[in-house]
Order: sequence, then C-alpha cells, then structure tokens
Amino acid sequence: MNVLNFIQSFFSDGSHWHGYDGIPQRVWEHLQYTAGALAIAAAVGLPIGLVTGHTGRGGNALAFVSAGARALPTFGLLVLMFVWLGLGIVPVMIPLVVLAVPPILITTYEAIRTLDPSPVDAARGMGMPEAKVLFQVEVPAALPLILSGLRSAAIQIVSTATIAAYVSLGGVGRYILDGLYQRNYEKVVGGAALTAILALLVLVLFWAIARVAVSPGVRRRRTV
Amino acid sequence: MIAIEDVSKRYADGTVAVDRLSLQIPNHSITVLVGPSGCGKTTTLRMINRMIEPSSGTIRVNGEDILRKPVNALRQSMGYVIQNAGLFQHRTILDNIATVPRLLGWSKQRARARAAELMERVGLDPAMARRYPYQLSGGQQQRVGVARALAADPPILLMDEPFSAVDPVVRRGLQEELLRIQGELGKAIVFVTHDMDEAITIGDRVAVLRTGGKLAQFAAPDELLSAPADAFVEEFLGGDRGIRGLSFLSTRDLALDRSRVFPVGSDWQQLAGESAGAGPVLVTDADAKPLGWADLTVWAGDVQALEPHGQAFEVGKDSLRVALDRAVLSPTGQAVAVDGAGRVLGLAGQETVAAAIRAARQRRAADSEGVSTVKAAR
Repeated sequence: MNVLNFIQSFFSDGSHWHGYDGIPQRVWEHLQYTAGALAIAAAVGLPIGLVTGHTGRGGNALAFVSAGARALPTFGLLVLMFVWLGLGIVPVMIPLVVLAVPPILITTYEAIRTLDPSPVDAARGMGMPEAKVLFQVEVPAALPLILSGLRSAAIQIVSTATIAAYVSLGGVGRYILDGLYQRNYEKVVGGAALTAILALLVLVLFWAIARVAVSPGVRRRRTV
Repeated sequence: MIAIEDVSKRYADGTVAVDRLSLQIPNHSITVLVGPSGCGKTTTLRMINRMIEPSSGTIRVNGEDILRKPVNALRQSMGYVIQNAGLFQHRTILDNIATVPRLLGWSKQRARARAAELMERVGLDPAMARRYPYQLSGGQQQRVGVARALAADPPILLMDEPFSAVDPVVRRGLQEELLRIQGELGKAIVFVTHDMDEAITIGDRVAVLRTGGKLAQFAAPDELLSAPADAFVEEFLGGDRGIRGLSFLSTRDLALDRSRVFPVGSDWQQLAGESAGAGPVLVTDADAKPLGWADLTVWAGDVQALEPHGQAFEVGKDSLRVALDRAVLSPTGQAVAVDGAGRVLGLAGQETVAAAIRAARQRRAADSEGVSTVKAAR
C-alpha cells in the first residue's frame, strides 16, 4: 500500500467523520489551538515590531531575542512546560507562541524600518501626529510584508500544533500519535495529510486577506 | 514674513550645519536658499517647520516665535514639498492631496472637492484622481506633491529640492508652473536648491550659503549676477554670469532695424539696385511672418531658395539674453524680432543688442546713484 492508498482509506472510513475523535472535531480543535497561539503571538510581536521599526531603536535587542527564541526546541519546551504546569492548554500554547513570535516580530520590524523614508518625512513635515504616521502611512505601505510574517508564523503554528497530542490534548496530531502507538499507518498518514491541508488553507486565507486589506497602490508596487 | 534671527545649528559631534544665520523672508515672494552640499540650506529650511530644532537663535513667523505654537499645528500651517514628492503609495492621488485638510478635520467630501480643485491648479488631468502614485511619472508625482502642500491654503510653502530628481525638460516645465501658481497665489515660498540656474530662474531673492552654514550673499538674482559679494559667490555663479544677467534685461527698448524687411511680391529688381552689397534682407509673407533670408545680388524671387531664418525672439516677452542668442545663431548675425502673433517687427544685430546692454548698464548705474542721493537726503 502506498501513501495515496493510506490517504484514500483514511478519508473514506465513515467512522473517521463523527464523534469526539472524528475529523471535524479534531480539525476544529486544531484550528482553535492555531488561532489562539497566533492571536497571542501577534499581540506580542506586532506592537513591539511596529514600535521598534517606527522609532528605529532596539533592533539589535530584537534580533538577539528572536535568535534565542528560534533556538529553543519546541518539543523540549513542551515537555518542560508539561513538567512545570501539568496537563492543560497552557503548556501547549507557550511553545507555539515562542515559535510564532520571532517571524512576526522580525518581519514587522524590518517591514517598517526598510520603508522609503520620504513619505514618512513628508507626513511629519505636514504635521501628521506620530500615531497617524505609523498607522496611516507606515503600516499600509508595510502591510504586504507584515502579512507575510503573520503567514509564516501561522503556517509554523498549524504544522507544529500537532504536538498538543503529546500532552493528551486533541487536534489532528492525535491521529499521528495514536496511529504510531497503534501501528495504524493509515491514521498517521491521514493526520499528516490533514495537517498539510490545513497549512494550505492558511495560505489561501492569507492570500485572501492580502487581496482585501492591501491597497492596490502598494500591491502593484511590490510585484513590479 | 519669516524672520530667521541669529540661528545656529550645532550637532553633538561638533559639526556646525548653520552658523549664526539671519534672513528676512518676505511674504508674496520666492526666496531661494542655494549653495553647495553641506552649506546648511536644507537644515535651515527644516528648522522653519521644526523638523530640526535650532541650537540657538529665534525664528519668527509674522512676529510670533515658532516655538510658541504646537509643532503639528505649525507644520499644518506650512506646505512642505520634498525631493521625491514622498507620496503615500497606498492612497489615490485625490486622497494624497486631501491629506492636510483631513488632518485639519475637514469632511472627506469637502477635502476631496478641494483636492480636485488643486489638481486643476497644478495642471493635472482630473482623470488621474483615482490613480495611484506608481502610475504617474516623476514630474506628475512632483505636481501632486505641490498640490498636496497647497491643499489647506497655507500662507507659507517650504520646498526642499523639489525638482532635483526630474529631467531638465520636465524641471523647466515645473519651474514655469510654480511661477504661474505663485503669480496666482502669492505665497511666501522658501525654496532650497543646489542649482544656481534654478535659483536665478525662480527666485525673487536668492540667499547664497557657503559650506559651514554661513550666509555669503542675499540679493535679487540680477544683483547677484552683476555684483557678486565675493570670490565664492562669483565662482558658484559660474563662468557665464554676464550672459545670464541679460535674462533680466528687456528687449522692449531695442532699436530695431525695419529697413531690411520686405514682404513677398516686392520689386526685387529695384531693391537689388538700391541695396546691392548692403547684405541680406528678410523676406516675409503677406501676414508679415518671416520666410527667410535673401541675398538680393543672387536671389531670383524663389521662396524655396531662401536661407532659413532660424528662431525669432518676441519683443517685450523674451530677454536680451534670448535676443543675443538668436543673433549669435543667425546666419546673418541679425536676430528676427516678432510680436506676440509672430509678425516681424524688425531686425536686431549683435551690435544693436550690445548697445541695449550698455544703455541698461548706464540706467542701472544712474538708478543706484539716485538711491544713494535719496538716502543721503534723509
């Protein structure tokens, strides 16, 4: 049996489509972990990235912290958090957030910092308050890059959220882990396929957000 | 009026960008700050809207110290145009221009109506309103930059090398446009450039700064050209300041020669007899428009065989510089003088222009003597 056969039999098995271990339930759990971790990571990374990029200060400290965070092994962190905090959602969220903050933080910082300085100079020179300079001039122009940082963070979270299963939580990682224990490779491959599909869905979602949120004037410039 | 009083800008590392500069910038006129790089011209401009704070000295606008006004309100009361226009890429042309009115709390509708008005004023096609900056050429973007600066009708306009990044032909167009707009609006314009030609072309008054931020000379362009204060200013003006100074002298009083201009259909045989050996004549059509030069000793009346007359100059509108240029380029050494409709008024040879230059010099000398007499009488 090859991988495609595994996938086909996994998805055609009616018992996989309902109940607490059914695909809809597991996907729903997985999306909740992903959305939760991304929201927290964005709440941490975006403001810091925007402010450091806008003021141009703290870039070195930022690079240092991000490199450190990237060096942390996600799985190791999960085990550590589990030992400290016990079972629950928090030990899962912490490694996912640690994983997602650096790409958001660094990309946002770079997106703002590397903008053409003349519109910002013009905006200040015509008497625009600093907050408006940031949100009405810098952010709209930097939005494609900022979104790309959020997108790579989201994809990393969605593929890494499978680790939730190790601490007895749900998500599509359940199939991979249980399949491995049960030597049920149909389940392992099915779980992996679901993860890949979710990652693709994230890509589509971000493409759609960029279509709606990014001004045609900026979008066109990026592709030229 | 902007009064810059004893203003200096020193940086922590000891660099002096501007050194005890005092300048009076009058309303309803264009004051140009010009000088080599590192002369503090941009620093001076940016101190007026407090993008840079002076280390010492005072700047007053209509008598009020600019430090006493909230910084954003101060900036909103001054238009600001920079080198690369600095347009907001994510906003349409119309919304770019509407920026300051929106900051001042105008409704979107009113701000956009005003922006549309401004587009017309700076010579932009209304069809561009909904386009984005990347869809415009450099010159058009710069027009948008000027329109954006004028949108809230500020009494002061600060322009920092606004036309430096566009090609010479477009730059000339933008300069003419600026002079036309200034003629309509009469703002107090402070204009920074490193290009002396640009300074001479658009400035009512020109402040020449030298490296280290010291004022070398502050004068009207023709005065600058005819009487540079020192060797630095003279060198900065370039090698042809005498010729360039002619741009400020009118062709109105030129003694035009009307005796050598004849319409087609004249009795060429007879004329050849009268003026043989006296050089070429200008042949015009029935409407007195120039056709070309003819040497009556050899020319047989064939219009196709005339020597081209080249470009003419318009009396009263073009300067003596243009008239001299036309005379130098003319195959006969005679420039063709025309009126606004292109009808020939007469001829001006290089000698005629030279005489007009001498007369203008004498008149200026007499004028300045008159001034000193008046001063002495007081």
